[in-house]
Amino acid sequence: MSNSDDRTQTVSGKAAEASSTDKPDGSSRGIIVLCFCIGLVVSLVFGWVVFPKLLYSRKQQPIDFNHNLHAGLVSNGCESCHFLRDDGTYSGTPKLAQCIDCHQDVQGNSPEEAKFVEQYVKKGIEVPWLVYARQPDCVFFSHAAHVKAAKMDCVTCHGDIGDSEHLKVYEQNRISGYSRDVEGASLIGFKKHTWDRMKMDDCSECHQKQKAVMGSVQTQKEGCFVCHK
Amino acid sequence: MKIDRRSFLSLGIGVAAGTAFSPLPWKLMDDVSIWTQNWPWTPVPAKGESTWVNSVCTLCPGSCGISVRKVDDRGVKIEGMKDHPVNQGGICSLGLAGLQLLYSPDRVKTPLKRAGKRGEGKWVSISWDQAISEVAGKLKELITGGQAHTVAGITGGGPNTLSRLFKRFLTAYGSPNFFNIPSIDDSYRLALQMMNGATPDATVGLDLENTDFILSFGCGLLDGWGSPVHMFKTNTAWRKTQARVIQIEPRLSRTAAKAYQWIPITPGSEGALALGIANVLITESLYRKDFVDNYTSGFEGVVNASGELQKGFKQHVLDNFSPKAVSELTGLDPAAITLLAREFAKAKAPIALFGRGQGKLPGSMDEALAIHALNMLMGAINQKGGIYALPTPDSQTWPVVPPDAVADSGVKEPRLDGASSDAYSRLNQLPPAVLSGKPYPLNALLVMEANPLYTMSNSKAVQEAFDKIPLVVSFSSFMDETAQNSDLILPNHIYLERQEDAPLPAGFSKPVISLSKAVFKPLHNTQHAGDTLILLAKGLGGSVAETLPWKDFEACLKQAMGDKMEPLQKTGYWVNTGAVFPDGKTTFTTPSGKFEFASSAFCPGFTPVKIEGDASYPLLLIPYDTMRLASGYAANPPFDTKILEETILLHQDGLIEINPKTAQSMGLSENDRVLLQTPRGQANVLIHLEEGIMPGVIALPRGLGHTAYDAYIAGKGVNLNGLTGPVADPISGLDAAWGIKAKLSKA
Ligand code: SF4
Repeated sequence: MSNSDDRTQTVSGKAAEASSTDKPDGSSRGIIVLCFCIGLVVSLVFGWVVFPKLLYSRKQQPIDFNHNLHAGLVSNGCESCHFLRDDGTYSGTPKLAQCIDCHQDVQGNSPEEAKFVEQYVKKGIEVPWLVYARQPDCVFFSHAAHVKAAKMDCVTCHGDIGDSEHLKVYEQNRISGYSRDVEGASLIGFKKHTWDRMKMDDCSECHQKQKAVMGSVQTQKEGCFVCHK
Repeated sequence: MKIDRRSFLSLGIGVAAGTAFSPLPWKLMDDVSIWTQNWPWTPVPAKGESTWVNSVCTLCPGSCGISVRKVDDRGVKIEGMKDHPVNQGGICSLGLAGLQLLYSPDRVKTPLKRAGKRGEGKWVSISWDQAISEVAGKLKELITGGQAHTVAGITGGGPNTLSRLFKRFLTAYGSPNFFNIPSIDDSYRLALQMMNGATPDATVGLDLENTDFILSFGCGLLDGWGSPVHMFKTNTAWRKTQARVIQIEPRLSRTAAKAYQWIPITPGSEGALALGIANVLITESLYRKDFVDNYTSGFEGVVNASGELQKGFKQHVLDNFSPKAVSELTGLDPAAITLLAREFAKAKAPIALFGRGQGKLPGSMDEALAIHALNMLMGAINQKGGIYALPTPDSQTWPVVPPDAVADSGVKEPRLDGASSDAYSRLNQLPPAVLSGKPYPLNALLVMEANPLYTMSNSKAVQEAFDKIPLVVSFSSFMDETAQNSDLILPNHIYLERQEDAPLPAGFSKPVISLSKAVFKPLHNTQHAGDTLILLAKGLGGSVAETLPWKDFEACLKQAMGDKMEPLQKTGYWVNTGAVFPDGKTTFTTPSGKFEFASSAFCPGFTPVKIEGDASYPLLLIPYDTMRLASGYAANPPFDTKILEETILLHQDGLIEINPKTAQSMGLSENDRVLLQTPRGQANVLIHLEEGIMPGVIALPRGLGHTAYDAYIAGKGVNLNGLTGPVADPISGLDAAWGIKAKLSKA
């Protein structure tokens, strides 16, 4: 019998040992919860605060252009400088050729203008503007169809940049290479205005809402190749 | 308090949960997927304003109008110009890929001077001033030594203003040795000169749109013959009018495959077949008797130099070229020959054409005359649907400057090729003359818009001749074989970067001139070869400078084009719509004043071209041309090499076409590696079995086997010219070879 008692003792001893690790006492449970919380908080802070900062590089425009000032001087609104060419293609950011009519020499006393004239106009170098709304190369977008045919306002997609006095920082996604204005300021896709984001969902949202033409103007057909040529 | 494994696990779970509730993984996933759709290394044309600029393609003598699409300054596409009279919007694969030549990283980007041994590829960049003064200095030395005539110039530019300026430069300098790259065009001009009294500078006009029966003696009408795209358009028109193309050649070319009828005959017997057809036309009185009786001579009889009456064309043909006799020469059934002749005669506007493949070689004159005699028999001369001698537009209104004493005596020296003038350059005779040093050694060679080291047959001898020339100057912006083997390269702008006239495309029915323009600002430190010539002339001074008095080539071109310059600049081309074709009945300059079937000087006959090779070479090797291979001055751009069939080029290996029966008898099967030997050279090739080639005949394409240009074309396939050699034609002295004997053995 003694033998069997010994065995029981040994077994129960092991069980006691085991249960002492399986069921933590109050303090070690606290540590576990604390660790969980630390992990949770650190990663939340990292994901929400640090990650967005790391994801985007911040670039200054070569010249701090004043849209507001220029908009008051031109006769045809945005289209005075951002015009459609005769063949319907969109001219994008203005070229030096358009600026030098007025800025052959320094006009006013803005240091930015002086910099523009000295570093670009005089040297004949195009300004390497950073384009906030530049879409990926796989996207075909026609300004003519939207602005002329559908009579849309520039603000619908581009916001009130036309009224700005300074150019904002250009935030570039280090992975995809695109501007934060295209991807949306909010990383979770939250948006208040139509111009807060310029991704595919935003295109289709508007097309759905407006019951606008969903397909190609030429073929009247829908499909990927309408926008992704 | 103890931090243990559980704490770590819980930390990890906390991190995972926190991460999952942060934007990090979702945003990263999205970004990475966007990144994969826009590989940053995929080339994408820059954004910008897109424009179309019209110009003309001069990559081959076709002279097609082109529209180049540019985004800002970057060229992105070349298309055929919609309303150009030559190509009406069409374009070939070479013209289409022209931008790859423009942007090729291997272009000669600045004047170069050889640093290592010739052909070694070691160069130093020099300035244009140095380049001009070095060449002018060497040329001056030769003048001082009384050696001006020992300079030669080769151009592949055809009869354009730049070529004329080049010739003018050489003549003023004192050299009689101006060479054009010969082609079938020379044989057409000579045939028209001999039989129709055309002047040597006339251009052959063919009113092909209005023909309804085309007897093509091996012409690659859809393989790049004449003005290639124009021929495609014409072929489409023929489909509509139900015109018949009869293709006579030993190999089923693309032209043959699309023809109404393909007649394979023994290679080299084309002239005999033409005379056999003539025999039937005469025997059965199917020829245009009214035309022959009224407007021709030499048909019935010829009075020779001593006043005796000899057999005329008619009797000659009746005596020697019965269908039976011709059947033995051609391998065709006599009945087939008779039938063919009857069909030819039945057509309203039949025409007979010569020039094998793309017409790269002048070919046998006897053959040309025999085939052209068929046109004479049917009266297809200076008639709708016929063949014309178009006068060269009277454009060259340049001042006449008397040569100085050096130039005067220099140009009186005999030419190195033994020809009496440069009207028909016997370029094939140049290498033997250089090698023998007779009648005098060649001291300097200037090469413009040509690559003779690659395009001339018997490459080995050509290379040896080059090695003997003390100074070789190339004007090429492509690092071609000739440029690579030169001492100095003074690179020209390429065709998309320069203004130049492209006159009269081959085989077109109306006089047309097109103007190429600088679609792009020169990409590199190159210079228009016309400007280079003018600067060289200035460097030489004296009467050479006076003969080339222009400020630049543009001024020279303007003067040459006269009042045509304005329409040329406006529309890009000028058509002499009011051109009245020379009235055959009044403008003869033949001795008899009529079209001549034969004269005391000639009578079309059949003298087989003496193809090289003895009985130890049992096979006949013939070249073939395809639209997918450029074989002239321009080499294939990468795009065109990509679209080559695997029956022409398999990886780096060229393929030789052979009939399965012949291959079987030699124990060869598809893609076997064999050694191809000819009396002129040897090469390793792969076998391609092809039902469409006559047994005993093997064929290789032109345009492969480059050793220069760039990594995309060099080292691919075999250069046919390394395996063949020229055979001088007894009448013209031009290259009459159509093939060479060969043998194959397992490698
Ligand atoms: S046919 Fe000749 S001229 Fe015409 S596009 Fe092709 S290469 Fe150029």
